[in-house]
Amino acid sequence: MSFHAFSGTDTYLASPELRDSVNVASALEKPLLVRGEPGTGKTVLAEAIAENLVMPLLTWNIKSTSKAQEGLYVYDTVQRLNDARFGDKDITDISQYIKYGPLGQSFLTDQRVVLLIDEIDKADMEFPNDLLHELDRMSFFVHETGKQHSAQFRPIVVITSNNEKELPDAFLRRCVFHYIAFPDKAEMEDIIRVHHPDVEAELLRQVLLRFYWLRDLPELRKKPSTSELIDWIAALRRGGVSTESIESELPFLGVLMKRENDLEAVMAAHRRGRVN
Amino acid sequence: MFVDFFYHLRGYGLKVTITEWLSLMKALAIGHSRADLHVFYNLARCLMVKREADFDNYDRAFASFFMGVENHFDISDELLEWLSKPELPRELTDEERAKLEALDLDELRERFKELLDEQKERHDGGNRWIGTGGMSPFGHGGEHPTGVRIGGAGGGRSAVQVATDRRFRNLRSDRILDTRQIGLALRRLRKLDKDEGPEELDIDETIDSSARNAGEIDLVFRPPKRNRIKLLLLIDVGGSMDPHTLLCERLFSAAHKANHFKKFEFKFFHNCVYENLYTDISRWKGEPTSRILKRLDHTWSVCLVGDAWMSPYELTHTGGAIDYYHTNQVTGLDWLRKFRDRCPNSIWLNPEPRRIWNAPTIHLIRQVFPMFELTIDGLTEGIDVLRGIRPNRALAA
Repeated sequence: MSFHAFSGTDTYLASPELRDSVNVASALEKPLLVRGEPGTGKTVLAEAIAENLVMPLLTWNIKSTSKAQEGLYVYDTVQRLNDARFGDKDITDISQYIKYGPLGQSFLTDQRVVLLIDEIDKADMEFPNDLLHELDRMSFFVHETGKQHSAQFRPIVVITSNNEKELPDAFLRRCVFHYIAFPDKAEMEDIIRVHHPDVEAELLRQVLLRFYWLRDLPELRKKPSTSELIDWIAALRRGGVSTESIESELPFLGVLMKRENDLEAVMAAHRRGRVN
Repeated sequence: MFVDFFYHLRGYGLKVTITEWLSLMKALAIGHSRADLHVFYNLARCLMVKREADFDNYDRAFASFFMGVENHFDISDELLEWLSKPELPRELTDEERAKLEALDLDELRERFKELLDEQKERHDGGNRWIGTGGMSPFGHGGEHPTGVRIGGAGGGRSAVQVATDRRFRNLRSDRILDTRQIGLALRRLRKLDKDEGPEELDIDETIDSSARNAGEIDLVFRPPKRNRIKLLLLIDVGGSMDPHTLLCERLFSAAHKANHFKKFEFKFFHNCVYENLYTDISRWKGEPTSRILKRLDHTWSVCLVGDAWMSPYELTHTGGAIDYYHTNQVTGLDWLRKFRDRCPNSIWLNPEPRRIWNAPTIHLIRQVFPMFELTIDGLTEGIDVLRGIRPNRALAA
């Protein structure tokens, strides 16, 4: 049994659980749905899998206007009409006007590829349902040419979602699901050191303490994310804030919290009790 | 034993399906369990639990199922037993039976036995991926460059102990209606009509016409079809509506995102509609209700959201408004009637369950607007009224 196992890369440290999820999805030939807060490395995962398993990566970035059909193919009627009108081309071969989308391409290649369907929740809410059949069978039919295309090598499909919309049950049932948890303090330290290599140890300690205290407040609607934390540290350092006042005043809080309600909630909680 | 686990998960409210269950059996049989409860924990979760909000329930189910038996539970034995005598949770539908047949259990069993034999032969030193101490990326104490120690992960704590940590407690959401469900219900709110405005190229008609025209291109345009629903959403905020804030926010954000209405407006009020309606939740920026009413006509639908729960005089008396400094000249009930007269195609959604709709003010308001619960069924019924496919009737006085 030959078995290509995903094990992470030098720059992408995958947890054992994440590796297992990727490998199960790959072995069972089911799409891997990855969810998690922004900045937890959902999109980069597909790149890491492609790099690790030495496969090409195809990306389909979903927008609010994306249609499932576009992922498979588009029949360029206007081009054909134009060619017919100016008559310098053979237009009887319809297949030259079929333009394959990322999903279609991933079924047609002569080797196994990684297909990233990025931010599926951005699209219309029926969108995932429209993909069910193609993802199940890994094949599709081109009506214009009357041809059925089946994947010779079923791609490893990675789908990311930010949870902006709930996904339909029928779609979820067909996926392998992995939730990337928010980084804990130790992991966060590593991340911060990438962005602020020369940050003072005491400042970092204080900041992380407040940051995780904030994230634990139950009344917050939107928890601050990694990128906001990095901005906050930049603001604190540039503002020359002393480590003591981080504790007593929570300066530049607006960098972390963008909602008025959340700001008020944090200030109220801060007044109730200083964190240690 | 395995089947019991399936039942156990469902008993904890996890909607595991047979198809997902069979995927797990297949994954185990082709060797993904690695006879390790930690790995089984993650494997079963990624194949059967598809929302992080359910992770906590899964943890509780897992811990209570394996508590005490974890040291005797041999996944390989259990699986082999199941594969030899596949017992299934319940009657299968045709589709599920087809899935089961496609699985080919005999072949799976053979593969799994081979895998086990291989494991025994090459124990402690193969490069396959089950044994311990080999060069595979998995298993205990391996030497693969990026390998991890799996069984020992979590500082030597067992899978059950890890599950009892309930790390995903904060992700729970015991929600009634989510934005997607509301969005789906709102989507039904459409009446298609030919619209004025810039015409669109009709590709099909153009091709037909050009063909009839002996290949000379003949472009055909048609007026676009548009939804002609115009919706005004009026939401009660503050006071007794506070417990329903999240639900109303979801309704609001779903309606806001639904871009299929011809026109969409929203306003807020507190307790009852009086001479001003507000564009912000804190009710600072207002607009006179009479001016809003002037903009409206019978082509608009108004959807009011509130618990309709107040003191009777707040509804029926002039000067009865809940805010002390506010003396209204026209009673709240009269304002509501004005809306109903102006836009007959209107409904009231109440976040409180129907069984406690016994306040006098609720009764009065139901004589003005048909009232529905703010649940999936209530919302769907209400929308059918707005679409005109269900009679639009208020309570008889």
